[in-house]
Amino acid sequence: MNQKVVNDFSITVGTVNGSGSSTANNTILRAIFKMGIPVSGKNLFPSNIQGQPTWYTIRVSKDGYLGRDESQQIVVAINPASFARDLAGVAPGGAFFYADDIKQPVTRTDIAVYPMPVKQIIREQTEVPSNLRDLVSNMVYVGVLAQMIGIDLEKIHAALDFHFKHREKPTMMNFNAVKAGAEWAKANLTKTDPFALEPMSKTDGMIMADGNTAAALGAIYGGVQFVGWYPITPATSLAESLNDYLPKLRKREDGKHTYAVVQAEDELAALGMSIGAGWGGLRAMTSTSGPGLSLMTEFAGLAYYAEIPVVIWDVQRIGPSTGLPTRTSQGDLTFTAHIGHGDSHSVILLPGDVFECFEFGWKALDLAERLQTPVFVLSDLDMGMNQWMSKPFEYPDTPMDRGKVLSEKDLEELKGNWGRYLDKDGDGITYRTLPGNQHPLSAYFTRGTGHDEYAKYTEEANVFYRVMERLKLKHETAKDYVPAPIVHETRGAEVGILAYGSTESAVEEARDQLAADGLKSSVMRVRALPFSKTVEKFIQKYEQVIVVEMNRDGQMHQLLCMDFPTLAPKLKSVAFQDGMPASAKWIREGVLKFAKPAKKKVAPTKKITVKKSKTPAKKGAKK
Amino acid sequence: MTETLPMAGPAVQVNAVGLARKEYQGNPSTLCQGCGHNSIANQIVTACYEMNLIPEKVLKFSGIGCSSKSPTYFLNRSFGFNGLHGRMPSVATGALFADTSMNGIGVSGDGDSASIGMGQFKHVVRRNVDMVYIIENNGVYGLTKGQFSATAEVGLELKKHGINQYMPIDICMESIASNATFVARSFAGDPKQVKELLKAAIAHKGISVLDIISPCVTFNNESNAYHSYSWGKDHEAPLHELSFIPARDEIMVEDIEPGGTMDVELHDGSIIKIKKLGNDYNPTHRWEALKMLEEAQRENQLVTGLIYVEPAKPSFTETYNLVDTPLNRLAETDLRPARETIAELNAMMF
Repeated sequence: MNQKVVNDFSITVGTVNGSGSSTANNTILRAIFKMGIPVSGKNLFPSNIQGQPTWYTIRVSKDGYLGRDESQQIVVAINPASFARDLAGVAPGGAFFYADDIKQPVTRTDIAVYPMPVKQIIREQTEVPSNLRDLVSNMVYVGVLAQMIGIDLEKIHAALDFHFKHREKPTMMNFNAVKAGAEWAKANLTKTDPFALEPMSKTDGMIMADGNTAAALGAIYGGVQFVGWYPITPATSLAESLNDYLPKLRKREDGKHTYAVVQAEDELAALGMSIGAGWGGLRAMTSTSGPGLSLMTEFAGLAYYAEIPVVIWDVQRIGPSTGLPTRTSQGDLTFTAHIGHGDSHSVILLPGDVFECFEFGWKALDLAERLQTPVFVLSDLDMGMNQWMSKPFEYPDTPMDRGKVLSEKDLEELKGNWGRYLDKDGDGITYRTLPGNQHPLSAYFTRGTGHDEYAKYTEEANVFYRVMERLKLKHETAKDYVPAPIVHETRGAEVGILAYGSTESAVEEARDQLAADGLKSSVMRVRALPFSKTVEKFIQKYEQVIVVEMNRDGQMHQLLCMDFPTLAPKLKSVAFQDGMPASAKWIREGVLKFAKPAKKKVAPTKKITVKKSKTPAKKGAKK
Repeated sequence: MTETLPMAGPAVQVNAVGLARKEYQGNPSTLCQGCGHNSIANQIVTACYEMNLIPEKVLKFSGIGCSSKSPTYFLNRSFGFNGLHGRMPSVATGALFADTSMNGIGVSGDGDSASIGMGQFKHVVRRNVDMVYIIENNGVYGLTKGQFSATAEVGLELKKHGINQYMPIDICMESIASNATFVARSFAGDPKQVKELLKAAIAHKGISVLDIISPCVTFNNESNAYHSYSWGKDHEAPLHELSFIPARDEIMVEDIEPGGTMDVELHDGSIIKIKKLGNDYNPTHRWEALKMLEEAQRENQLVTGLIYVEPAKPSFTETYNLVDTPLNRLAETDLRPARETIAELNAMMF
């Protein structure tokens, strides 16, 4: 056996979707997390309900790298249909576990191979009813794996107990299957691979959650009152989480509700309802993904021009068109930035992790009411649907900002001297009244047609121009309110890296690799549009700023070049998309195309990449 | 806040909430002289005045088109939202959650509701959103200068578009098919009936669809066109005479003709008094309503009146069991979970 590899490898499980394997895979992930070892999990699933190949990748990283690792040291093959490619995908020196009812040749000799009698073991579990046998059989490979790499069975029990909501019967039925797998492995397998888990304390105090749940919870702490939504992968679970948690977190003694969640007939109606509610003075939001956002375009333009607060979560998947509905992307950025016909600028928040999904969940509602405009939050499938370890969610550190709203009393004091679109403060943000205001001078007429400062219809050229200029000023004002970028400066850095969203962990890992290559970098993670001064300063500071993102055309790069044309020659684009989450490997390679380490020659040193060794052809085949 | 109203000038007649009729008016219409929509706007003003509605308790909605311009021609003291083509229903659905004590009045057209907005129209009906949904139906697109709408009759000839080949969409049938709880048809040339139906529609809790044939004098008013004034006058076949009696009014004995009248009581105790006209049409039977509409279509009759009503069904917002305070008046303490819950929340994660 090679030298022991502890807490630093990836496990890929190939199963059939709809077979219950996600419970098993989440159990592995959670158990490792509870062992104190940094871990991340990614579900690579088909756009299908049942019967298609699906993979789940778990990355164990003692160094805390949570991004995708392109190599697969341990592969568990349960699906006959993907058996051959799963086998081919195992990194040299890796380990291959497979269900022994799959009668296909195992041709490789450079890896450890472990057949598992899954069907036989599950049949021996007499407490498992025959109709649940297939589902529970996934627990057998959990048990075998636990025995072979050292997953703590107690932690597996804790994970199952959590999954089954502390119900004893299903927990024990599944746990017994895990134990049976482990016992069989102990008695029958000899370990010939180097991979092992050892407890650490690096996850102490952390939680594990997915971004969609975090976003929903954040919105609840932001006092969300109205949600119009329409089902679409990968955004669906955001609205479903609102349905799950609102009754718990906003429970009242009288049993009445302070919110409404409406499943609309389509995305047009979903945003239309949310805009109606936002106009009415409710904290309103919708959640969708690319195709839904396309349908929402006309309404987004209306909300921009009529200045209606609303929050739109776009959990991005890869387009154009229907694209790959179950694969991740950062491809909606330029579309969102100027969504709608005519001149429009969007306020966009870019959460980088689950923690920020929660934070921006409430913050977006504040910003929408403060700025009286649609606020878009661009998450993505990888962040939204996968489980991530995270700092615990933090209670909002500022009171709710309800923006500039005039009450009956305010109007009385103003003696009715107000205009809905009159810029009294010179910041481009005007005052509004809410329907239900009983002052006889409270009402105004909202329209997407040309209007003056008093919300009256007009086609006057100078008035239209004036209103549009004020909207531009308001967008400037937004820079003072949106979340500032996060900057990590390195002394003597030769290059700046600018990234955003879910690539964060892969970027950090790539920077460590680049540093080992001899290339020091500073990084800025942009968290919002419009870009603040800090963004401009960062670009000014470095000779080259490499913009890293998951789309084909380098959309962030485009937007930066547009906003900072004189700095454009400094901006380089490392953009890539194939539906897979960003990996440190392509970021590192992308950066090295533009920036060479000063001191030593770039050699893809084995030290850095050996454990990430991979077989590109096979990886490609899998997509 | 009615005490703060401007009340200058000589004493004028006021309603029970102390408002003169002019407090219900809007801006002067910019539609064509003689447009049926203007007549309907006038009846909305009168109906709201006579119903003693406080204008600040009304929300006006519309989509895009000639009809959708009309909310500026009534109730200047009410909030209004002129949204997107065919999307008025969704905006109204969301807005009416803000304060469920508000009265929603939406004005749409046959282009806005029966073509581009058919989906939203059917769904707002299906949800029984508590609002009056007026469709000013003239069979033609006016603002874009005279294209066929989906309610145009087969054989209608328009200058630039030849002869219509398709059966019209019947808005009342579509409404009933979508389980509407109040469906009426009227004719802009019959203002008294329009007004009484408007009042009943305002009082009805749930969706009230008013399909009002409202002639377009510029593009579709040839005497043989089904949406013209003259055709309407010649072919109108009222199902009944009806009058709306608010809850607090006593029912006068002389109004009742034994055997010839029928009362429909709405949720607030108000009554739609229906005087039958030579037939025994009962507007509480869904199946009869559909049959009657089918027959009217075959016989080329413009049947008007209350076609269907189901007063008891809960409205959309009622099904949400909302707090009594309007949602848009709730404070942070009502909306943001307490600080101590964050630890419990984190414990709920893994």
